Amino acid sequence: MQDNIVSISNMQFSRGERQIYKDISLSVKRGGITAVMGPSGIGKTTLLKIIGGQLTPSDGEVLFQNENVHQVSRNRLYEMRRKMSMLFQSGALFTNISVFDNVAFPLREHTKLDESIIHTIVMLKLEAVGLRGAAALMPSELSGGMARRAALARAIALDPDLIMYDEPFAGQDPISMGVLVTLIKALNKALDLTSIVVTHDVSEVLEIADYAYILANKTIIGAGTPEEIKQSDSALVQQFLQGKADGPVPFHFPADDLSTQLLGASK
Amino acid sequence: MSQVANYFVKLGRSAIDTIGAVGQASLMLFGALFAFPKWKNVRLTIAQMYVVGVQSLLIIMVSGLFIGMVMALQGYTILVNYGAEGSLGPMVALSILRELGPVVTALLFAGRAGSALTAEIGLMKATEQLSSLEMMAIDPLRRIISPRFWAGVISMPMLAIIFSAIGILGGHLVGVDWLGVDSGSYWSIMQATVDWNQDVVNGIIKSFVFALVVVWIALFKGYSCIPTSEGISQATTQTVVFSSLAILGLDFILTALMFGIN
Repeated sequence: MQDNIVSISNMQFSRGERQIYKDISLSVKRGGITAVMGPSGIGKTTLLKIIGGQLTPSDGEVLFQNENVHQVSRNRLYEMRRKMSMLFQSGALFTNISVFDNVAFPLREHTKLDESIIHTIVMLKLEAVGLRGAAALMPSELSGGMARRAALARAIALDPDLIMYDEPFAGQDPISMGVLVTLIKALNKALDLTSIVVTHDVSEVLEIADYAYILANKTIIGAGTPEEIKQSDSALVQQFLQGKADGPVPFHFPADDLSTQLLGASK
Repeated sequence: MSQVANYFVKLGRSAIDTIGAVGQASLMLFGALFAFPKWKNVRLTIAQMYVVGVQSLLIIMVSGLFIGMVMALQGYTILVNYGAEGSLGPMVALSILRELGPVVTALLFAGRAGSALTAEIGLMKATEQLSSLEMMAIDPLRRIISPRFWAGVISMPMLAIIFSAIGILGGHLVGVDWLGVDSGSYWSIMQATVDWNQDVVNGIIKSFVFALVVVWIALFKGYSCIPTSEGISQATTQTVVFSSLAILGLDFILTALMFGIN
């Protein structure tokens, strides 16, 4: 138990009348990189928002460092959030301030550090993601990959224990993707972090992950080390890993029989 | 029969949605009011006053000038028939201080600053900036909504005062400088007729109430919008429409309370 930074047990979550998760249990080992994979629209980002306490599950419990995220007071939740960090898919940089000020933002909000110390910390964080030279640029002047790296520098500004990556590789060119893969691995080791990487880029994430979960059909369909996942005999897991268009996850969105629908319409 | 049942289901659902929205808006307002006393927020509020207040000055001043000029022109053509053009000063001043100043300023503010606030907050929501603040353990109500709320509430009465002052000067420009009304009577009858509490203070109170409502609507519409381009556009339109209707409806109620019963 002590070894897990996040533990989810028997969690259910619905949005309106649509059920997103049915009885999910997973745990994230401290110090490792855990990948959560699954097809688009399965609710992977939702999972991160549940761990971060932004969404509340309808049933089950979510523990972060052995505390139930959804049963603590608002103040305690905000204290817990200082120990976790999230890298949003879009980067979510504040567009009206420079890259430097973006990275300095959480430090200025949460600490009373002198401006010269903040300058040093920000420059070190930017150096870690290779963007020290871009400190004065505005977010609109950055490429997609650079924006994500700048957001990563901001996410590690307060030295969190856990960092959650929401689709870090989506829409990246191969070079940016390679840079991000290396960065996630390097930062995890250098800063003694725990990382959760939510993605559908299977090969990239399996390169760096210590453990992986595959989500589909509202539940976990596969879990294990990357090797175990690759050798899984589940048809669903293999469809996902090999990117087959049709299989247990159907190509067609559920609908009435085509002939019934067309003939019904012509009547 | 099932159609009737469906109708009641829809009616009930929309009632629940409306009550839910009012509840959420009230919670947001409470959060914004509650968050004021922090020193850092005062600094942010002053920065926002520049955006919503100072940057609205030009449109407020130009509109005030023209409305004052039109009031003087219209008033003169009627009053001159009765040889009462000397009363032009109080006519312009009372119309502007009691009604046009607060109402037109609020309508212009809703179009200029209210819509901008909704679009800004809506885009911050769509680009996950509000979520990222929450994940950085920073309350968006305290950091984003509260400074904008107070900036709007403080700025709008000031803008209304400026609008009224320039409107009265515009009236002087047309009435006295162009149409030849005596400058002494323009100012002295105005001074004798306009009451500080009854006219000036009541106008400022009206403006303060309009400010509360416009800024509340603008911020809530942005904060609760559907985070897509269509959702933001819809929320921005709703801000202007709802604010305008609220201003005009409230104006009638406030006028009735302030001036209707002697």
